[in-house]
Amino acid sequence: MKVLMFGWEFPPHILGGLGTASYGLTRGMAEQEDLELTFVIPKPHGDEDQSFLKIMGACHIPVVWKENSWEHVNHRIGQFMHPDEYFWLRNGIKYDYTRIYTDELGCINFSGRYPDNLIEEISNYEAVASVLAHQVQFDIIHSHDWLTYPAGVFAKHISGKPLVIHVHATDFDRSRGKVNPTVYSIEKRGMDVADHIITVSDLTRRTVIEKYHQDSRKVTTVHNAVEPLPDADAFTKSNRKDKVVTFLGRITMQKGPEYFVEAAHRVLQKTDGVRFVMAGSGDMMNDMIELVAKRGIADRFHFTGFLKGRQVHEMLAESDVYIMPSVSEPFGISPLEAMQVGTPTIISKQSGCAEILTHAIKTDYWDIDAMSDAIYGIVKYPAMYNSLRNLGKEEVNNIKWYDAGLKVRAIYDGVLGH
Amino acid sequence: MKNICFYFQIHQPLRLKKYRFFQIGQDHYYYDDFHTEEKIRVLAEQSYLPANRIIADMIRSSNGKFKCAFSISGVALEQLEQYAPDVIDSFRELMKTGSIEFLTEPYGHSLASVFDADEFEMQVNMHADKIENLFGKRPTTLRNTELIYSDEIGETIAKMGFKTVLIEEAKHVMGWKSPNFVYSHAYLNKLKLLVRNNKLSEDIFMRFSSPSWEDYPLTAEKFIGWIASAPSEEKIFNIWMGYESLGVVQRPESGIFDFMKAIPYHAMEHQIGFALPGEIAKKNEATGSLLVTFPTSWWGHEKDLSPWNGNDLQYEALEKLYNISVRVRMCNDKPLLRDWLMLQTSDHFRYMSHKEAYGSHYESPYEAFVNYMNVLADFLDRVHAQYPSSIENEELNELLKTITHQEKEIATLEGEVKKLKARKIKTSDK
Repeated sequence: MKVLMFGWEFPPHILGGLGTASYGLTRGMAEQEDLELTFVIPKPHGDEDQSFLKIMGACHIPVVWKENSWEHVNHRIGQFMHPDEYFWLRNGIKYDYTRIYTDELGCINFSGRYPDNLIEEISNYEAVASVLAHQVQFDIIHSHDWLTYPAGVFAKHISGKPLVIHVHATDFDRSRGKVNPTVYSIEKRGMDVADHIITVSDLTRRTVIEKYHQDSRKVTTVHNAVEPLPDADAFTKSNRKDKVVTFLGRITMQKGPEYFVEAAHRVLQKTDGVRFVMAGSGDMMNDMIELVAKRGIADRFHFTGFLKGRQVHEMLAESDVYIMPSVSEPFGISPLEAMQVGTPTIISKQSGCAEILTHAIKTDYWDIDAMSDAIYGIVKYPAMYNSLRNLGKEEVNNIKWYDAGLKVRAIYDGVLGH
Repeated sequence: MKNICFYFQIHQPLRLKKYRFFQIGQDHYYYDDFHTEEKIRVLAEQSYLPANRIIADMIRSSNGKFKCAFSISGVALEQLEQYAPDVIDSFRELMKTGSIEFLTEPYGHSLASVFDADEFEMQVNMHADKIENLFGKRPTTLRNTELIYSDEIGETIAKMGFKTVLIEEAKHVMGWKSPNFVYSHAYLNKLKLLVRNNKLSEDIFMRFSSPSWEDYPLTAEKFIGWIASAPSEEKIFNIWMGYESLGVVQRPESGIFDFMKAIPYHAMEHQIGFALPGEIAKKNEATGSLLVTFPTSWWGHEKDLSPWNGNDLQYEALEKLYNISVRVRMCNDKPLLRDWLMLQTSDHFRYMSHKEAYGSHYESPYEAFVNYMNVLADFLDRVHAQYPSSIENEELNELLKTITHQEKEIATLEGEVKKLKARKIKTSDK
């Protein structure tokens, strides 16, 4: 079975959770030997891992017919794609896209990020999809997140092949209810046209059904998993006198940072020997610094700024408690990463990952009492810490992308009528 | 003649309220009275009272041939006295028929038999006193919390003078042996063991109203038929369950009460009688002994202690609790001693189980643990406030002895002074 996937990010150059999830899912699916995956992203960097799937860059696919020599094409994009493939794809140009600005190869220059002209980039991506739909052989189309829905929809209309869309988040999560009408209409159209909708949690599934008015039979949850961390034991905890409680993520309204500060204040009223860390950056960071000062706990509450790569795992491993009080989180992969390095985790019930985790503490994001009580319990009662650490690690190591891949496969088989 | 031995258990824990860490040291009342009252009232009205009426009826219509035993934990008795005294009255009425027996058990429905033999003995005596007080007869048969039993526990029980203990039919103990005989302790022949018939008991409280069960619907005729067709050497059929099985677990509309009512008639038809645990042990000799190296219980699949003591959370909570037991028994602060009993109730620990947290009002075992440990932290502080923890138990014991002795000594000396004074007056009179 050949799958044409449209994505927006792919590791190692990622901006958010979408790239991580795309990588994990495709890797898990590739373990099924009869699946052949082609993954389209706007702009590859050439260092993506292509051992288990084929990456195609939308910025290397011609949408306007231009004459070029084999040597010139080879010189320009040879490192990403064989020139013969370029010429072959050029035969798939059936529409006039001269209105779009293209380079001398007839390709569109994508940023591959989330620029200000995002809507324009999304519609350009659609143009690329039309060329692929005309020329490439595939059995099913799979679109990841709203940016790629129009491309998937267009490919479906051209090829007549079924479309599965994968909802990693909706605008209701991102905007806390103040939905952007343009984004909503793109999402809604994608869902309406799709033959099946995959959501990353039941929470998101409900949003899709209730807010986008989709038929519940068409919407299936496939929970995310986490890539195994081969050197999980290499992250060790240094000897410290104080316990460390960590919040890690974008400091934005969606992540509920203020509840963390309030819970810290509660805990510090009763006990010392605990320090709180807020790692990350975001538009609410200054407000949080101010709130910490106002509560008078600045001597025990620290800000690290933005962390990346290995620093993230190191910070998680150094912590005694990881907390994610998100107000709305479609899935939320970071608690799973914390559990991989053996850090007990507190998550809000409004997070998708709460649906699959047993050995994590779940509280409502606004319930500061319950949250602070859980923090206190983990730092004060060793059995609590050890149980969450050991059983949590075991639990998270059993959440595998391969199983998620099987569920996606079952959905493919369903829409293909197998 | 074959005999059926019915025994019903009544127990409800005193539910802990939501107790946050910032309440430690501030708030010394740990219980959620509203929910406790609601729960016991529901149980009384839907199960205990109607079931008592049915049992009274069965005794009357069988001319006293129907008999059954009850065990009510001390914790539950207190709740009944406070919130459902009508249930106590109804049991007193039943007691007058002479067809029922009350068993005794650790007052706090605790795991003391496993962790603290002195505490166990104290709680059993306390419970026997309570039963005697309420119902006028001192129990002679013991059933430990959740039917927990091992050779070691059996030895303690025998030393306390009990002749009969009720135990669970645990496969790893029984092997091919049938539960329908009287057994004895591994090496103390005087202590007799009655073994629950798992299948027949579960047929009633688990499967009675389950349409997917092959023997559904279960009628009294069919049920008694099974017993009648058992080999003739099998004499005792121990059918034991929680009393709430009648009316709550198995709803009245399932026909459970009518099923029970029909049992004596069909039993008599087959010349099957009813017996109380106390009589069985007196009338029957043990067919063999049972070796129980590790404690067994009537909960869960493994029939062991793992529902209460199976994970790190439970180990820690139990260890912290029983570490202080010697010290608590030296105290004589009444509220403290009552909290001590209530905090030992086994249900608190079962709620911390990852696999057996049935009936828990907590969202997770972790929540149950944190809540319990917060309460326990406050309780331990109170104990330490009575006697500072810097003094060792032995030393404290000596000091306490000295204090009590001092009082006695002062009293005797005072007496002597009085005598001397009296003599002086006499001599001066002369």
